[in-house]
Amino acid sequence: MLVILCPHCGPRNSDEFTFQGEVRPRPDVNGTDPGEWRRYLYLRENLADWVSERWFHVSGCRRYLMLERHTVTNEIRDVELVGGEQA
Amino acid sequence: MSGYRIDHRPGEVIDRSREVAFDWNGDSYRGYMGDTIVSALTASGVRVFSRSYKYHRPRGILTATYHDPNLMVQVGDDPNVRGGHRRIEDGMQVMPQNAWPSLDFDVKATNRLVGRFLSPGFYYKTFMAPRRLWPAYQMVLSRFAAGGTVDPQTDPGRFDHRYAHPDVLIAGAGPAGMSAAIAAAEAGASVILVEEEPQLGGHLRYGGTEDLTALSDLIDGVHSHDAIEVMTDSVVTGRYDHNWVSVVQRDLPGVSERLVKARVKCLVVAVGTLERPYVFKGNDLPGVMLSTAVRRLINLFAVRPGERAVVLSANSSGDAVVADLERAGVEIAAVIDARTGGSVHEATGAKEVSSVLDSRGNRIEADLLVTATGWTSPTALLNMAGDRPTYVPEAARYVPNDLPEEVLATGGMVGDGSTDLLIAHGAATGTEAARRALTVKAFWQSVAPAGRRIEMPKATPAGVPELDHEPHPEMFRSSTHGIVDFSEDVTSKDLISAAKEGYDSLELAKRYTTVGMGPVQGKVEAVNALAIHGEATGSSLLESVTTTWRPPYAPVRLGTLAGRKYEPVRYSSIQPWHEARGAKRLVAGQWIRPDHYGDPSGEVRAVREKVGIIDVSPIGKIDLRGRDVTRLLELVYVNKWSKLDVGRVRYGIMCAEDGVILDDGVTGRLGENHYMMSTTSGGAGTVWNWLDEWLQTGHPEWDVKLTAVTDGYASINVAGPQSRELVRRLTDIDLDPDVFPYMGVHTGTVAGIDDCFVWRIGFTGELSYEIHIPSFHGLQVWEALLEAGEDLGVRPFGVEAQRILRLEKGHFIVGQDTDGLSQGFGFGVDWAIKLDKPDFVGKPELDWQAERNDHPHLVAIQTEDPRLVPVESCQIVATDGAIQGRITSSRMSPTLGRSICLGQVDPELARAGQLIQIRLPNGKSAPARVLTDHAHYDPEGARVRG
Repeated sequence: MLVILCPHCGPRNSDEFTFQGEVRPRPDVNGTDPGEWRRYLYLRENLADWVSERWFHVSGCRRYLMLERHTVTNEIRDVELVGGEQA
Repeated sequence: MSGYRIDHRPGEVIDRSREVAFDWNGDSYRGYMGDTIVSALTASGVRVFSRSYKYHRPRGILTATYHDPNLMVQVGDDPNVRGGHRRIEDGMQVMPQNAWPSLDFDVKATNRLVGRFLSPGFYYKTFMAPRRLWPAYQMVLSRFAAGGTVDPQTDPGRFDHRYAHPDVLIAGAGPAGMSAAIAAAEAGASVILVEEEPQLGGHLRYGGTEDLTALSDLIDGVHSHDAIEVMTDSVVTGRYDHNWVSVVQRDLPGVSERLVKARVKCLVVAVGTLERPYVFKGNDLPGVMLSTAVRRLINLFAVRPGERAVVLSANSSGDAVVADLERAGVEIAAVIDARTGGSVHEATGAKEVSSVLDSRGNRIEADLLVTATGWTSPTALLNMAGDRPTYVPEAARYVPNDLPEEVLATGGMVGDGSTDLLIAHGAATGTEAARRALTVKAFWQSVAPAGRRIEMPKATPAGVPELDHEPHPEMFRSSTHGIVDFSEDVTSKDLISAAKEGYDSLELAKRYTTVGMGPVQGKVEAVNALAIHGEATGSSLLESVTTTWRPPYAPVRLGTLAGRKYEPVRYSSIQPWHEARGAKRLVAGQWIRPDHYGDPSGEVRAVREKVGIIDVSPIGKIDLRGRDVTRLLELVYVNKWSKLDVGRVRYGIMCAEDGVILDDGVTGRLGENHYMMSTTSGGAGTVWNWLDEWLQTGHPEWDVKLTAVTDGYASINVAGPQSRELVRRLTDIDLDPDVFPYMGVHTGTVAGIDDCFVWRIGFTGELSYEIHIPSFHGLQVWEALLEAGEDLGVRPFGVEAQRILRLEKGHFIVGQDTDGLSQGFGFGVDWAIKLDKPDFVGKPELDWQAERNDHPHLVAIQTEDPRLVPVESCQIVATDGAIQGRITSSRMSPTLGRSICLGQVDPELARAGQLIQIRLPNGKSAPARVLTDHAHYDPEGARVRG
């Protein structure tokens, strides 16, 4: 069970969150092709390194967060709100 | 009790004023309160407690602790109880395990004569051929298996969970752990101190007078601090990411065990060391014991473990045990000092030790052989913290190597020293642990609700002084062979022959010989196994291999992991009424709903002919406000929303980015910038999160405020030709079809309740009004509808009737008639998918789906035999056996008096009048025809628009 330092709620157990993992940029829906779109849908880098991930504090403030997690040590750093303060 | 109980010992933990009567193996025994099962029995002269797993050799005390592999017993209906740890209680029924047919006479002991069949890897080599005899082998093997018996009728017991948030958690309450706890508390930290034994003190408990004095001071210190919570008879079973630590508490009243899940800011590992057995011929005979076992028996339980002893000593514990034995009146036959090259060659005896042959060829008569040949560091928690402990040959044990900042170690795990030195090291460690923990705490508390970017601080850990290692000879095996793994009956010979057979990697040899795979999981045998296997391969495994310790460190009951059952369910505010009317309960996800009130067909007819009401409160409801709601709807739905007028509702479909149908429902426009979205009951949470995701991650600049109001409104659908008349009697809303047409929405008062909203939709295929009432008043409106509609023939209907009604009308249910591969087109709602919109979720996939045009179609199906209702998920099969589709919904229609279905079929079959064959569960085929329209009933929709 990880601790995630939610910028709104403070340190919380990771079971309050849902994990979305690496996020790929959404291709332009009108100019994309099946190869590019399905890479966006299904393919992930899956690095053994620092990885940028999206988490959702579903049982807390309901904010989407971006954070960096080291996939070998599970260290977490640089937690920030997606969409900034006002979203 | 017979003559093995000695005079009062200053550190004894038994209460001689309280006798306890219990049964062992069918006979009555007595002991004192505070005795373990094994200490009480030893005091009465019992020497054999179990039979070994493979050879069924008699086994006695080895370590006299929880982790003694020879002392597993059955207590009542509870198998695998640790007899060296469990305290006796009045009336306790204790039985030996693994001793069929009896402890004294054991037919399988003949295995000692046929040991050649049980060579390493015997699982793989014997009982293989002929295969047809496998059931017989299985019966034989299962009788060999260790473990007690489980009564399936036994009470499951009571278990508990607790969350804890200590600043510092200390595993192990010996001198170092206790002094660390005191120091950490003095430095301002909250502390949990966990001790596996029932009392604090570790080895001080069975030490001399000075040890007991030091212990008494430490106990006073611990109890003087409110910030220290003591958990005795408890064990830290695991350390997980970010110092998530599991503790099993065993000595609580009212529960069998409790699992504590602790988020620890700094973990201190002070678990001490375990004494290691020596490997030689006869080393598993009853009467061969470790020095700490003997010291425990004498000093904690005042039990004399034998009459005449030989002591093999390589350390101070061996020296101390000689003094203890003398005080207990045991004759010392010989002390063999390993530090000057002495060793034991062999112990002999029939059922227990009768003589010892030392390495110089002297045969010594004795009934007790005590060995003090080394210490094993139970590095489990260190390994779980990512450390790879280092082997120190001079001390013949592992020590911590590179611990993360949030974990510290102290005590015997780190080094040796006098009690004062251990206490000083513990205190320094406790102070440092508190400093680190309070740094983390301050940082965590500084995370204010400011939404700012967070940087983790990098503390510079202050050091703790080193603790030196006492030199210790490396002693693993004598010149003879003996048992290495007492749980699994693996000998040193087995390990060496495994190496010779090519299992030169210890990981493979472990699986081949099963060394370390028994109930004590390597705590007693792992280091000896590494050393002896390395001896055979000519490599020093101790220095190159680190045992991987995985959680749990000690066994945990399944009930403890499960804890109490907390599974929340949701009820609508009207549910008590349904229950009182005998409604059959339907579990629909988290919701408990009325399935029917006894006659679903009658409920259907009431709706078709008169009027019915159904509690649809679980329907998901999301209130959306803001200038940009329309843009959000345009994005998440496949259809268009820009032209929806205030006072109108529209049916919408959501697809995911892969084009698969996610949810459906109607959304109404209540005001210029105010919408109410409905979702399926099961999809309410998913859609809420989905909307938030697209808003926050895609369009944070949009002005949209989302509120989930599913529980805020009770929802009642009033359906049937008389529904308008019924609702009219209770509301101020104008129901004139010109003012309030099909797919309209109005707000107003219903049955005296303000702030209701009502929309006209037609899931059932009848004229119907869905009334959403502030939820506290749901029951009031429900009862008002029934009262006001009595003369109209109003009836409540349940979920089953609603499912039949919608199937008659051909409306699909997401997740029932669609599945995880169902992209948007093909479900009769192709009209809703607007590929000319510039963007919406899943658009590219739907574009490509439309181009391919090879998708399954959902169609209405009627069997040729009107009485035959094919069960849902029957396949539709071509004459050559190819699968062409399946039935997704099927019911007998009370309205049409015949069977009706919806099903997914291949596109070439999706033609009106197409003959198909449904494969029934009995293997027969049922001919059926595809209909023109999804609706079996009223395909023109005249009734719903009425």
